[in-house]
Amino acid sequence: MPAYLDHAATTPLAAEALAALTRELARTGNPSSLHGSGRRARRAVEDAREALAAAAGAHPSEIIFTSGGTEADNLAVKGLYWARRAQDSRRTRILCSTIEHHAVLDTVEWLERHEGAEVAWLPVDSDGVLDLAALAAELERDPESIALLTLMWANNEVGSIQPVAEAVRLAHAAGVPVHSDAVQAFGSLPVDFRASGLDAMSISGHKIGGPVGVGALVLGRAVTLTPVQHGGGQERDVRSGTLDTASIAAFAAAAEAATARLGEETARITALRDRLIDGVRAAVPEAVLRGAPGEGRLPGNAHFTFPGCEGDSLLFLLDLAGVESSTGSACTAGVPRPSHVLLAMGLDEDTARGAQRFSLGHASTDADVDALLAALPGAYARARQAGMAGHESSIQTAGTVARRNALG
Amino acid sequence: MSGGVDSAVAAARAVEAGHDVVGVHLALSRMPGTLRTGSRGCCTIEDSRDAWRACDVLGIPYYVWDFSERFKEDVVQDFIDEYAAGRTPNPCMRCNERIKFAALLEKAIALGFDAVCTGHYAKVITDADGNPELHRAADWAKDQSYVLGVLTHEQLKHSMFPLADTPSKAEVRAEAERRGLSVANKPDSHDICFIPDGDTAGWLAEKIEMTGGDIVDETGAKVGEHPGANAFTVGQRRGLKLGTPAADGKPRFVLEIRPKENKVVVGPEALLAIDEIRGIKVSWAGLPIAEIATGADFDCHAQVRAHGDPVPASARMEHDAGSGELVVTLAEPLRGVAPGQTVVLYQGSRVLGQATIDAARSLQRAAL
Repeated sequence: MPAYLDHAATTPLAAEALAALTRELARTGNPSSLHGSGRRARRAVEDAREALAAAAGAHPSEIIFTSGGTEADNLAVKGLYWARRAQDSRRTRILCSTIEHHAVLDTVEWLERHEGAEVAWLPVDSDGVLDLAALAAELERDPESIALLTLMWANNEVGSIQPVAEAVRLAHAAGVPVHSDAVQAFGSLPVDFRASGLDAMSISGHKIGGPVGVGALVLGRAVTLTPVQHGGGQERDVRSGTLDTASIAAFAAAAEAATARLGEETARITALRDRLIDGVRAAVPEAVLRGAPGEGRLPGNAHFTFPGCEGDSLLFLLDLAGVESSTGSACTAGVPRPSHVLLAMGLDEDTARGAQRFSLGHASTDADVDALLAALPGAYARARQAGMAGHESSIQTAGTVARRNALG
Repeated sequence: MSGGVDSAVAAARAVEAGHDVVGVHLALSRMPGTLRTGSRGCCTIEDSRDAWRACDVLGIPYYVWDFSERFKEDVVQDFIDEYAAGRTPNPCMRCNERIKFAALLEKAIALGFDAVCTGHYAKVITDADGNPELHRAADWAKDQSYVLGVLTHEQLKHSMFPLADTPSKAEVRAEAERRGLSVANKPDSHDICFIPDGDTAGWLAEKIEMTGGDIVDETGAKVGEHPGANAFTVGQRRGLKLGTPAADGKPRFVLEIRPKENKVVVGPEALLAIDEIRGIKVSWAGLPIAEIATGADFDCHAQVRAHGDPVPASARMEHDAGSGELVVTLAEPLRGVAPGQTVVLYQGSRVLGQATIDAARSLQRAAL
């Protein structure tokens, strides 16, 4: 069994979720049907909706089930932008942090390219935390022109928790609605939608022990949203499509379990993570922890840059040693690009290329951390060697032979 | 792994032979194209996915290594510079020399690998002392030893070509089909990978500043004007637009490009026949044969392009000339030999080594 240190990518299915999933998958019934089978399915969906709402601090009617976090982000950002602009054509500005997940980032950029949006990119500090003064300044500048603010709850790469409550207070004072991508935060931190004051919030099933392919947009009852996906009018007419009863039931079961265990799990995972961080620093003193320190980051997140090496070399060598981690950044056709989050935090490209994220979750144990700490020094030394390679070739080539002969 | 059938089957054979194999796709552009349209371009998303899918089927890890900066400098810019200097380079050879079997190999060795394994049709034979020799593939029609002729002893020691003994490409496709590799029927790539539409002249015209100049005949007399010497290649007949006809009324061909004088030299077809080649940047594919050190003549076959027929020749090294020059006297004249091209020498199926052609001499022309 490899040591799995990539829970931020996806985390194993919780036992409760597996039970709910297999139970519901074996049954037939469209929750929109009016007969007995339909009613039974509807009951399962509505039970799940209530359970999930309770876990997220929301009213059941505020839960809009989606196919996952990406769909929830798209629906929130596009839906809010279109609805707000429809109410007042001056509202074309989007305030967006520079460290958002691509599901938000690329949606905002798409609105910029195709829907006449004007984007104010909000900077972060070197810990990857939103600059509230910059937000305040943008809000002050012509608030009537702002469609929405979108700010993630906690960053998926470096784990930094964002000042969502303060941002909401500032934005609401200027009459601007706020969406937050809470995909990484929900299930790892206390997330209370009502207390946060947010207008919309995205959450995902498979990051908390639920199945892949299900998520939700938590949408305040008073908030109007233009639908992205049209059809049968399910989910408050905001998100059409037959509801996936089994996945929804499993998502809710996972959310209930995660929320019930949140206190003890946070303490356990935080301790494990701190041991991991201390161990990495002891094994590789050159490694630099990125993101906010201590309480300022997700309990399960440890993110480092390792100088002089490529993140993907390190990932490969750790994988070879049975330790599964991530560089934390997305790929285009598989081409590793330096992370936009690290660049936003002020790192240069070379430093950013040495990134490695280790993320813990409900299934993590001491043995996982031990495996990493055992494999890391050798893997780092080797990755560093490979990082030096490929600049001036040490391999004898026709070119180097010719140059050497020319020199004498 | 390019995403093509050859490298997929090569990887499959390496896995089957018991090696610990990891698939690597080279990202040679930071801005990979979208989906393939028409002819195959360089590292498209589809190619990357095809390579990835092959790795899935083989059950091996897959990585994309970004050598786009090195590729831009060492291959693309070199290609432009060589053309700008009036020479005709072979970018695939440059890529083998500097990227696949240098930058990539070096990174691989640093990461703990022993060899780079590719889908090239060529063969490495290792003698009892562990010294590698490079040979033609069993199927001479598909043989790619020419573009590997630039590899050195050290590079060959870390090279594996599992397709060496394959009787034909059809066999490779059938094997891919058998192994459940979806690329079994993917078309071959032919063009220069970084010029996706295949229009080399058009691509170069955007990169190289063209200045008009004179077209002269073999005697040096002006017979026309050209819009830019770099647009011509040795052996070219069409598009010269010569005002003055040749004395004998026969068609004229480009014999030479003189970038420094910005002149294009034309003449009768007979003068295209090259009898002697002088090569620089010489390298030996494995241990050099004894005559290399002594400077003695040796019999061999010379090949000047990837799919050209080899001709019998006699060669020798001249060591007094700086870094050493290779002199190849051709027993049968070759047409259309241009500086910048590579001459690869063979003895039987064995590749001896290669040199970059610096000068191509026609005895008939020299006698004028």
